Amino acid sequence: MKSCVIVFPGSNCDRDVAVAIEASSGTAPLMVWHGETALPACDLIVLPGGFSYGDYLRSGAMAARAPIMRAVLAKAASGTPVLGLCNGFQIMTEAGMLPGALMRNAGLKFICRDVFLKVENTDNIFNRRYASGQVVRFPISHHDGNYFTDAATLDRLESTGRIAFRYCAPDGAVNASANPNGSLNNIAGILNAAGNVLGMMPHPERLIAPELGGSDGRAMFDALASLLQCA
Amino acid sequence: MRVSVTPEIVAAHGLKPDEYAHILRVLNREPNLTELGIFSAMWNEHCSYKSSRVWLRTMPTTGPQVVCGPGENAGVVDIGDGQVAIFKMESHNHPSFIEPYQGAATGVGGIMRDVFTMGARPVANLNALRFGAPDHARTRHLVYGVVAGIGGYGNCIGVPTVGGEVNFDAGYNGNILVNAMCIGIADASKVFYSTASGIGNPVVYVGSKTGRDGIHGASMASAEFDENSEEKRPTVQVGDPFTEKLLLEACLELMAGDAVIAIQDMGAAGLTCSAVEMASKGGLGLLLDLDKVPCREAGMTAYEMMLSESQERMLMVLHPDRTDAARAIFERWELDFAIVGETTDTGRFIIRHQGETVADLPVDVLAEQAPVYQRPWTPTPPAPYLPAKEIPDTDDLGATLARLMGGPHLASRRWIWEQYDHMVMGDTIQRPGGDAAVVRVHNSRKGIAATTDVTPRYCAAAPKEGGKQAIAEAFRNLCAVGAKPLAVTDCLNFGNPERPEIMGQFVGCIEGISEACIALDMPIVSGNVSLYNETSGVAIPPTPAIGAIGLLADVDKMATVAFKQDGDEIFVIGETQGHLGQSLYAREIAGRKDGAPPPVDLAAERRNGDFIRSQIIAGNVAAAHDISDGGLLVAIAEMALAGGLGCMLSLPRNAGPRHGFLFGEDQARYIACVSPQKAQAMIAAAQEKNVPVTRFGSVAGRDIVLDGKLVHSVAGLRSAHENWFPAYMEG
Repeated sequence: MKSCVIVFPGSNCDRDVAVAIEASSGTAPLMVWHGETALPACDLIVLPGGFSYGDYLRSGAMAARAPIMRAVLAKAASGTPVLGLCNGFQIMTEAGMLPGALMRNAGLKFICRDVFLKVENTDNIFNRRYASGQVVRFPISHHDGNYFTDAATLDRLESTGRIAFRYCAPDGAVNASANPNGSLNNIAGILNAAGNVLGMMPHPERLIAPELGGSDGRAMFDALASLLQCA
Repeated sequence: MRVSVTPEIVAAHGLKPDEYAHILRVLNREPNLTELGIFSAMWNEHCSYKSSRVWLRTMPTTGPQVVCGPGENAGVVDIGDGQVAIFKMESHNHPSFIEPYQGAATGVGGIMRDVFTMGARPVANLNALRFGAPDHARTRHLVYGVVAGIGGYGNCIGVPTVGGEVNFDAGYNGNILVNAMCIGIADASKVFYSTASGIGNPVVYVGSKTGRDGIHGASMASAEFDENSEEKRPTVQVGDPFTEKLLLEACLELMAGDAVIAIQDMGAAGLTCSAVEMASKGGLGLLLDLDKVPCREAGMTAYEMMLSESQERMLMVLHPDRTDAARAIFERWELDFAIVGETTDTGRFIIRHQGETVADLPVDVLAEQAPVYQRPWTPTPPAPYLPAKEIPDTDDLGATLARLMGGPHLASRRWIWEQYDHMVMGDTIQRPGGDAAVVRVHNSRKGIAATTDVTPRYCAAAPKEGGKQAIAEAFRNLCAVGAKPLAVTDCLNFGNPERPEIMGQFVGCIEGISEACIALDMPIVSGNVSLYNETSGVAIPPTPAIGAIGLLADVDKMATVAFKQDGDEIFVIGETQGHLGQSLYAREIAGRKDGAPPPVDLAAERRNGDFIRSQIIAGNVAAAHDISDGGLLVAIAEMALAGGLGCMLSLPRNAGPRHGFLFGEDQARYIACVSPQKAQAMIAAAQEKNVPVTRFGSVAGRDIVLDGKLVHSVAGLRSAHENWFPAYMEG
């Protein structure tokens, strides 16, 4: 598998996701500097977590205008899978790759902890190794993860199966007490209309082995690796 | 600008009349204002260690594992396979009290720079925090700001904050303590030091621009507070973690090559201290041209530039033919890079600004002839032993346990550590909440365990025993996860050293720390001293915070505190005498603050610690926990909460007074959970090593039960334990 991880100034989960990709695919991704203007032919692009440009101004706002983003948008439009994790999700909404916005957490504090997620849409290349309705445990680690969008867009996301993950209780119940940041409809991750772009606040790359406290994230990278190797 | 130096100006710079007389003598003339500022920056307590130096020299700092001890930016220890761990803890107390968010944030930024200045990638942050009484008017605001500041900086730069400790005590009402620790990993062949060499080599400034923030920060940190301390807010620096992340990556990229001769971060006393230290260590002179220094605003004077403590800056001496390549790296990271001077053979620190020489001072006088004081001291009067029989037992064990577990001393710190990214970098093997945090050395099976410890109430009652105990507890926390303790960094927080009774606390603690470090094979490799932690004449409790690291050969051979499964047998390792003096039970439940703290038997610490570690590595231990604050029953409760399992306990026949056994804080003890199949092997090994082992019960059910009677449900205890902090902060 050939994959690219975009490195913005202030990205800090770029190495973590590179480790996860290599663990599943056997091949280290190419780390692409934000100032580049072209991407090589590749099967997967990752916008990693972190604090691009310090999250000054607005999380993801400046990175969304980095030179490399024009190439990322073009690849996404032509169907290349693009995964945005945490700050990567924020960059995607700022760049218009996904609808909505990630506002400050409802509790106004940074939160780092494991959360439970209900896998909703599994008919996409990221989630195909999960069962629909399966409950997985991933960590979150963000200050601005409160997903918001207008009612019409929310309705469209819901009715067209574009919710990838929802925050839930350990038993899968989706309710307010399982919502760590105030996101609308407990949304933790969404897909674009074509299904090749996934943005999510939780960090699957952080739980890929038992010694790290869990391995629920591994299946996402395994799915990407196997699918892209067949391609 | 020519200002003549008056006694008032000298005093305003924190220099004593005899110190100024010494300056006049060595210069053979009056210093100008810039020069006076430089002397004040170099000779204040924070930079010169003038009150503590004679005592610091007595501490053990060597061992086969030590690559570099105190005197550099951080300590360096060997962790095998051609790798080293580089670590240090430092105080940021005074600024954090004045402006908690920025004070704490820049404390974290500063300690990380100390570590990556030496060539290490930071892999873990910890912190030791002391706040005033929970009901004090400022406490909540300070907790909120300090925690947000630590998180704000560490989260952004992407280094996990994995552990620490927090105390509340009225003794810190006027002076909180914020001690930040950072650990980095480097290749042993790629460690960088601050000794300049060569003549005519370029002195290079990189990082953020210099502004007017933090001027006289180090001098402020060397004075007491009074009711006007709010006015010192402009001396607090402002942090920019994003720039530090860029600086970190650029420095490590540069250090992968061979351009760097010497490097020093600009911390306390900024440009002054970094330049003087590099020149002094190399026995060189140094010429600075301030017109080349990148400045945030126009019109800054030489005095302001030399004393600014703007953050995220480094000073380096480079090989002249590598300068262009170095410049390219920093420009790619969009950081300032400026050649601001050169090394010379004059032995003088010469500063030029706008065509004039604005300072011309001998380097060795600045760096090495700072005054050293043998401060008078009086020993702390010994505290009498407080027998258990003088303290009433509780008639409601469950309520007492819940009160301790749900009070400010022992309540869960989750509210704090969930605001810290403790998982970034993908190597956190043991998260906050256990005895020690464990981070894996990237791309290996090795782990670094880390902990911060000190029990100030012990140090106040008996400084020497308290000093010993701080090291002993750090040792236990490392052993309890299965790590071999390696070395120590210390952050010695005390009051005004000009008062003999404060100096007596300092001396006592140092003696105890030294004795324990030798006995437990944990040399001190770095640290700092923070004195004058006083407001209006009231000093903090003596608080020599200890940061310690240990090594696990294989992170799979690690223990955690959580009860694992029903049926596992619970043993107390070590001897219980029921010592209640200075225990949390005595203070919080019985209201007794007198008495001696528990004595520390270092031979027993060594024996029992080596034993528990060997049992963990042998795979005999299902869970382990050191017994400290709150005693045995509290330790059991913590294990129950972590595992979500209860236990059936029975008091041993020879337990002595029940409250002494359950709540006494005797040292050198652990709880070990062992599966029934392995219990015999563990007991046999203990007998062979002369380690006392007492069976105390077994893991069972969902309640804590003692001698057939319910003490408390685990679920009920959990709400008490988890609710205190959020409820307090929502206040």
